[in-house]
Amino acid sequence: MNRYVLARLGQALLVLWAAYTVSFVVLYALPGDPVSLMFGSESSDVTPAQLAALRAQYGLDQSLPVQYATHLGAALRGDLGSSVVLHRPVAALIAEAIPPTAAIAAAAFVLALLVGGALAIVATLTRSRGLSNALLGVPPLGVAIPSFWFGLMLVQWFSFAHPIFPAVGNKGFSSIVLPAVTLAVPTAALIAQMLSRSLQHSLRQPYVDTARAKGVGPVRVHFRHALRNASLPALTVTGLVVGELLAGAVVTETVFSRPGIGRLTATSVTAQDIPVVQGIVLFAAAVFVLVNLAVDLLYPLLDPRIVRHSKAARSQPATAQAAPTLEPATAGV
Amino acid sequence: MTELLDDVTATSKDRFADALRERQDEQTRGRLAWLLDILRKPGLLVASVWLALILAAAFAPQLLAPGDPLVGVPADKLQAPSSAHWFGTDQIGRDLYTRVVHGTHLTLEAALVAVGVGLLVGAAVGLLAGFVGGVFDDVVMRIIDVLLSIPGLLLSLALITALGFGTIKVAIAVGLASVATVSRIMRSEVLRVRSSVYVEAAHAGGSRWWSVLFQHVLPNASGPVIVLAALQLGAAILAVSALSFLGFGAPPPAPEWGALVSGGRDYLRTSWWLTTLPGLTIALTVLAAGRISRALDRHEGNDA
Repeated sequence: MNRYVLARLGQALLVLWAAYTVSFVVLYALPGDPVSLMFGSESSDVTPAQLAALRAQYGLDQSLPVQYATHLGAALRGDLGSSVVLHRPVAALIAEAIPPTAAIAAAAFVLALLVGGALAIVATLTRSRGLSNALLGVPPLGVAIPSFWFGLMLVQWFSFAHPIFPAVGNKGFSSIVLPAVTLAVPTAALIAQMLSRSLQHSLRQPYVDTARAKGVGPVRVHFRHALRNASLPALTVTGLVVGELLAGAVVTETVFSRPGIGRLTATSVTAQDIPVVQGIVLFAAAVFVLVNLAVDLLYPLLDPRIVRHSKAARSQPATAQAAPTLEPATAGV
Repeated sequence: MTELLDDVTATSKDRFADALRERQDEQTRGRLAWLLDILRKPGLLVASVWLALILAAAFAPQLLAPGDPLVGVPADKLQAPSSAHWFGTDQIGRDLYTRVVHGTHLTLEAALVAVGVGLLVGAAVGLLAGFVGGVFDDVVMRIIDVLLSIPGLLLSLALITALGFGTIKVAIAVGLASVATVSRIMRSEVLRVRSSVYVEAAHAGGSRWWSVLFQHVLPNASGPVIVLAALQLGAAILAVSALSFLGFGAPPPAPEWGALVSGGRDYLRTSWWLTTLPGLTIALTVLAAGRISRALDRHEGNDA
């Protein structure tokens, strides 16, 4: 058991380091550095000497490997550098932006789980083929709708035409509703697709036949037998779902003019504020890694087979195996 | 819109029968099967017609909307949809329908470039990783795993920060962000094909590795990747228009779809058509692309 935990921890750290390296390569090794991006072509009032001084201040005059080593060393001590535009530490900027994003992301997650889960359960439980097909037709719709547009439609209906919820801002519970709904739509679609596939698979298993043969009713078969087994594979994509929520926040927070990680991302990309963008990419990777770590550690408690398998074959983590199945799952139905 | 969803009415039994029938008839009917398949399913037909219209709008916008997308008649500003202005007019009297039609070129071109970049780079990486194997494969797949741990939109945004703004840069960023997904699928296909008897036979028969790679492995492994391409087109249109909505695409007067939705934001209270209709166009196009990719998927015999 301890070995399992240690192996997962080691993998998580490795992924974080690799994510740091990838973001460094994208943001620093590609042509253009923060200083020339900011003062580059359009402004002529900055002399080359001043540019050089600025580069020296940010350590950009050094060779890439040296920069990489310095930045990585600082990052290990928790220092992600400071914003070139706002002149404040990146870590503080991100920390400030977490609570409002966490509020809508958590609300959206719960909503998506309820709606997506209910949709998958009803679609597989019902005897009416028409209802089942109609319900299974909803997720592709949810994936196809641009969320920035859907958010604006919600504002139009529920803030302007029928003033129920505020259109913008971050004041109280009612301001969370519309952003959370916007954020929840693609996530709910993803969960519904995953879970309905997984449920359909479970319902074809022999243990379901056995339960039915013993006279267990359809609802009990569904919830006690099929759903409990079907939710395990769905659990492994939690990390991806959370990542999608974080990415969705960029658009949602822009639409509703809310503060948060997404808004910080959008403004930093607009200002080409490289240290902040790198900090956010790293933050997203860290969230993904932490969620997956939590899932990996919870998994053996829910499904004892995992530990036995991993001890026997030292197999890949559950999440690594689940990842490839996700793409076709979002593609299909 | 319900017609577009028609596809899902095929039950698993029907699907199996369909797949069986298609496979039996494939050799005799060839390309004809594809046409008949379209005619048999109204949802697929609607999706194909819609996508054909979108393609026409992209490559010959003057046919569908002869007006100028950048010049408006100030007297006609903010008019609701009518027979004169199908999608209404914007704040400086430009015809929104004309702008949507002419913007198709920008958005679709960006989406196609994104899919092309993603497919080319992704397929090359996946092909090499699967074919070479060993340590190379291990290292490449670990990097792919890391890329998958960063949400696609954030990866695109990081690339845009480094590359700069503009339609083509956005397209390249979206394409590169999808490389991980494509290469993963390509690699698993290559691994499947590589272990097949005919590849073994080709090796045993003395074929050089590159001829095995290009004559046997690539053609047989590319089926699922082509299906993925159709699906990626929808995803790329969504990603490109989201980034253009955020303001990273072409600069203002250009009628990119995402930028059109964003431009209508300030008039949301009074002029619903300015956001609703361009957004609806995006949604329908993505739906149509998804519908067609599912049909391709079935054609490939990859029924789930």
